[in-house]
Amino acid sequence: MISLDPKDVPARDKQSSRGRRDKVNAAPFALIGAGPPLEYDRGMVTEFGHFALILAFLVAIVQMVVPMAGAHKRWPGWMAVAEPAATTQFLLIGFSFLALTWAFLTSDFSLRLVYLNSHSAKPLIYKISGVWGNHEGSMLLWVLILSLFGAMAAWFGGNLPPGLRARVLSVQAAIGVAFIAFILFTSNPFERMPVPPFDGQDLNPLLQDPGLAFHPPFLYLGYVGLSICFSFAVAALIEGRVDAAWARWVRPWTLAAWVCLTIGIALGSWWAYYELGWGGFWFWDPVENASFMPWLLAAALLHSAIVVEKRESLKSWTILLAILAFGFSLIGTFIVRSGVITSVHSFASDPERGVFILLILVVFTGGALTLFAARSGVMQARGVFGIVSRESALVANNILLAVSAFVVFVGTLWPLVAEMAFDRKLSVGPPFFDMAFTPFMLILGLLLPFGSMLAWKRGSASRVARQLAPAFFLALALLGLTWVLQTGRSLLGPMGVFLGAWLIGGAVTDLISRTGQNRDWSRLRRLPRADWGKSIAHAGLGITMLGIAGLTAWEQEDIRIAQIGEPFEVAGFELELLGVEEIQGPNYYATQGEVAIRSDGDEIARLFPQKRNYPVAQMPTTEAAIDYRFLRDLYVVIGDEQSGGGWVIRTYLKPLANWIWGGAILMALGGFVSLSDRRFRVAAGAGKRTAAKGVPAE
Amino acid sequence: MMLLLRRMILALCFAMAALPAAAVQPDEMLDDPVLEQRARDISAGLRCLVCQNESIDESNASLARDLRLLVRERLVAGDSNEEVVDFIVERYGEFVLLQPTTRGWNWLLWAAGPLLFICAAGVGAAYIRSRSRAESPASDALSEDERRRLEELLRE
Repeated sequence: MISLDPKDVPARDKQSSRGRRDKVNAAPFALIGAGPPLEYDRGMVTEFGHFALILAFLVAIVQMVVPMAGAHKRWPGWMAVAEPAATTQFLLIGFSFLALTWAFLTSDFSLRLVYLNSHSAKPLIYKISGVWGNHEGSMLLWVLILSLFGAMAAWFGGNLPPGLRARVLSVQAAIGVAFIAFILFTSNPFERMPVPPFDGQDLNPLLQDPGLAFHPPFLYLGYVGLSICFSFAVAALIEGRVDAAWARWVRPWTLAAWVCLTIGIALGSWWAYYELGWGGFWFWDPVENASFMPWLLAAALLHSAIVVEKRESLKSWTILLAILAFGFSLIGTFIVRSGVITSVHSFASDPERGVFILLILVVFTGGALTLFAARSGVMQARGVFGIVSRESALVANNILLAVSAFVVFVGTLWPLVAEMAFDRKLSVGPPFFDMAFTPFMLILGLLLPFGSMLAWKRGSASRVARQLAPAFFLALALLGLTWVLQTGRSLLGPMGVFLGAWLIGGAVTDLISRTGQNRDWSRLRRLPRADWGKSIAHAGLGITMLGIAGLTAWEQEDIRIAQIGEPFEVAGFELELLGVEEIQGPNYYATQGEVAIRSDGDEIARLFPQKRNYPVAQMPTTEAAIDYRFLRDLYVVIGDEQSGGGWVIRTYLKPLANWIWGGAILMALGGFVSLSDRRFRVAAGAGKRTAAKGVPAE
Repeated sequence: MMLLLRRMILALCFAMAALPAAAVQPDEMLDDPVLEQRARDISAGLRCLVCQNESIDESNASLARDLRLLVRERLVAGDSNEEVVDFIVERYGEFVLLQPTTRGWNWLLWAAGPLLFICAAGVGAAYIRSRSRAESPASDALSEDERRRLEELLRE
């Protein structure tokens, strides 16, 4: 951090020879100009982008006001404004986003945002991901996805009753108005530098990684996708009508959002695993929790909407969940963007922004909850079901998911509460969450296979128990086996193995039970995709639980000073540091070790762990080298050179590590398969029928 | 704007300090594996003060290293795990504890989940009971319209 004082930057530029196109290997990086000399007229695209965003703001206001008034007065012409407005809003924001991307691609350092987060020598993919690797750009991505969902609701919402559609799009636009205003007034990505500097300050090197490049877009697709569920819930409250058709419209959106959120969280966790240098995959960091709470609530919503769809029960609860799920997305945005609870991932902290988002949060969540309090009475439950039934099981699912989301919420906000209310500065870290959150997940895992096989309306516990007995005893046998094998360690690992096997076995049993008494396997092919999706996703949860248990219970670690050419043994493997060399990447230097891994004398892998230094961002990173295998990862990190010779080498044996993300991928796949189910495609006709039958509130 | 720039740079400096690269160094480790394991367990529960949400076991900040050495010093001197933790809390406040205590209002933090669970389970049970005793609505059977729709779907 020697000469990074911003005041020097323009001065330094004058001394450097503009337009030099040196190769990157000359140092220091900050003085190299791989980009062309500054051209101001190239920046016109940026101005158009800014203008498009302002126009989108105006369009969103129209889309918010006109269709809502039209739906109220039953004026078809006014209601019809919603669709073209939603499309226009999306196109304008899309153009604005492309303009910003263009500025990053062409390294237009006259934009403050590009200057702060990019560098001309940065690889192309990170120039693109740099667009959302910062506060302003990520908020633009936020509204882009918001308007995308609005536009999709307009395009695919042809089967919705016109009044409901107009109201949904109007509520969606209202969220858009609030967030575009937030961008334009507090976080404008199109702000210019008074004197354009010669080169940028580079993106935080931790973010220059393929895993993290695509983590935010998926996360936002999930987060922001829940806005559609929120809009549907508010529109339904205004109309005072919730029925099976409503649930059938909402469920695909919830499913899509949940799938994206799952992928986004898994990508982020995988990134942390290989990038942060010791293979942790979940830290209960406020920013992680911010994405995890909506995930839990979306999972609950997914299940409760089934009850509304199939049995016309749990209506008010489902509406409340839809409001809360998006409310937690807003809370997440608030936590991340305001930096109120500082954490590793937070890029921005500015009180003005925090207050603005808090205001948005209060207005939307508070408003929706007030509406809910006033209107929830009109939603009558119709379905009748026995105490032992699928409905009851799904109520239990919802209780467990909602309570565990609440635990995460309380734990995340408690340091803030304690400081403001009791003047105590304290921390709530992983040990708390491990202890307070895990029990609910254990109960959920235990109940899941049983509950998911109960019949609707009235189930037979003993029949399901008989069907599940093989899966149960198999899981129990595996528990015993692992317990004997591991000798004397905590029960955590075997219990995880039990839960995982129980969940996977339960999912398989569920599928087998669908073949009927005489095991007609061809029935499986005709099984609705939703049932396949359910089994795949539930098995995926089991695999993730197995992975987490395996990794936490049986991890082995070795920290030592390794001499070049002197083999050493870790967890039954022989490792040898063959050499260390200095290498150079596009925008970093690295110290790279070469490590041979041998098992029984045969070399099974050669790993190249790196220690990188990004001179422009003035930041070192570690790049662990990992030998990925089905049952274990071998994770090698290189540290500092020792004065007495040799290098610090850390080696970790991580059993079942890949299962964590493999399970997450299966969960997402299950959601995706379910999304392609026929009944969502034929919902059109069913929708018209039930909508005509619905009872208006007034 | 300069202020903002400076703040960003400051944030970068912090990011550097908080970078979780190399944590425990071989030269810090104790020869006695039992003591060393105890030191690791204690370290995992203590927060690195200059970092964000990282334990001293994971952090490579110099303050975290000092704390790790301090923990080991106390252990070698014969302190129990609790004594070591108390010693550090006395110096740096309860902020260093990653697992919050149950003192004062903190019981609410710990009890929040179980309390809500009990309430939710009660409400859920009452709801399920009420649904299981409710009169089956007349419309439960398929209407003529619904029957036609069902046949249509089954044919597809």
